[in-house]
Amino acid sequence: MTVNTAVPKMYGRCEDCGIYNMANLKKLGINMDKWDYMIALAGNPNTGKSTVFNALTGLRQHTGNWPGKTVTRAEGGFIYNRRGYKLVDLPGTYSLMATSLDEEVARNFVLFAKPDVTVIVVDSTRLERNLNLVLQILEITDRAVVCLNLMDEAKRKQIIVDERRLARDLGVPVIPTSARYNQGIPELLEAVHDVATGRVVCRPHRVKSISAKVDNIIKPLITQIKSAFPNLPNARWVALRLLDGDMSIMNAIRDDGLGELNHAPAFNLAVA
Amino acid sequence: MSEQKVITLQHLKIGQHARVVSISQKCHGLERRRFIDLGILPGTIIVAEMRSPSGDLTAYLIRGSVIAFRSEQTRFINISIL
Ligand SMILES: Nc1nc2c(ncn2[C@@H]2O[C@H](COP(=O)(O)OP(=O)(O)OP(=O)(O)O)[C@@H](O)[C@H]2O)c(=O)[nH]1
Ligand SMILES: [Mg+2]
Repeated sequence: MTVNTAVPKMYGRCEDCGIYNMANLKKLGINMDKWDYMIALAGNPNTGKSTVFNALTGLRQHTGNWPGKTVTRAEGGFIYNRRGYKLVDLPGTYSLMATSLDEEVARNFVLFAKPDVTVIVVDSTRLERNLNLVLQILEITDRAVVCLNLMDEAKRKQIIVDERRLARDLGVPVIPTSARYNQGIPELLEAVHDVATGRVVCRPHRVKSISAKVDNIIKPLITQIKSAFPNLPNARWVALRLLDGDMSIMNAIRDDGLGELNHAPAFNLAVA
Repeated sequence: MSEQKVITLQHLKIGQHARVVSISQKCHGLERRRFIDLGILPGTIIVAEMRSPSGDLTAYLIRGSVIAFRSEQTRFINISIL
């Protein structure tokens, strides 16, 4: 992660303080038909994605352990620093190798809808478990922010997270929050804004190559995928899934025309 | 330490703790990947939490999350009871 040198980031300005940031936030609920940036909220189940979503949009997407977890995506919006943001709350998932409908919704969105920023909400008391999905998402996008949520719980359990080190190792901004208490939300907003506008450029940690043998096998596959689906991002990732025998990926590309999808053209609320 | 008896996860009783020894070679491809993504690796601690009334689903505590499996899945996980 580097700060874009063209627009050096300065600290200690009025614009960087939380109160100023929140004054710059206008929650739009579902009243949004145009936006500058689309933001996805992804993460393991029960990490507080919907709580973050509600804090930013003013909506009341159901939160809680059970029942009423997010089963399909919910959408809402807000204005921040005079830019329109569309926020998409996704169902929780442990990996991008989808095995259920919920997981497929989340995976297909992160993979194919090309959000401008993917906010990965993680449970800071269960970092080890959560980092698996973080690394998988960083394989397919370099525009991400990690929201280190449930920090109040971590403090209570005397878990200390070195968020600067984590940010350096992952190569994306890491923002500690306690979303239930609105703590860290202004800082999260600013980080999302920085990545969305290009003020901060991420350099995510990635496994460059699995082996020369695998590289040789997937090279022609990547070429074929790219020529068949020119709009599809992450052809390498898709090629690796095909080698895994993951047919749900092939079906997703074929049946839903997801390969052709860019930004969703029309606003629509899906909460059922 | 003495040699521990290795059994499969389906035989872990409610309330018992176990350490994962391996995932059976009979389990491969996406099914194997799924276990790994859920945090099941050699050394992972698993606790059997509860069983569904019909007995076909068991919920396990794995790295801080409760995850349910059917016995046709857990027969692939080799464990030693702690
Ligand atoms: N203590 C604490 N609880 C939180 C925090 N954020 C969310 N929660 C609680 O965690 C529970 C789950 O939150 P949700 O927002 O529903 O989680 P989710 O990630 O949307 O869950 P799924 O949609 O099922 O994946 C709720 O009871 C929230 O109130 C936080 O920062 N601290
Ligand atoms: Mg939710």
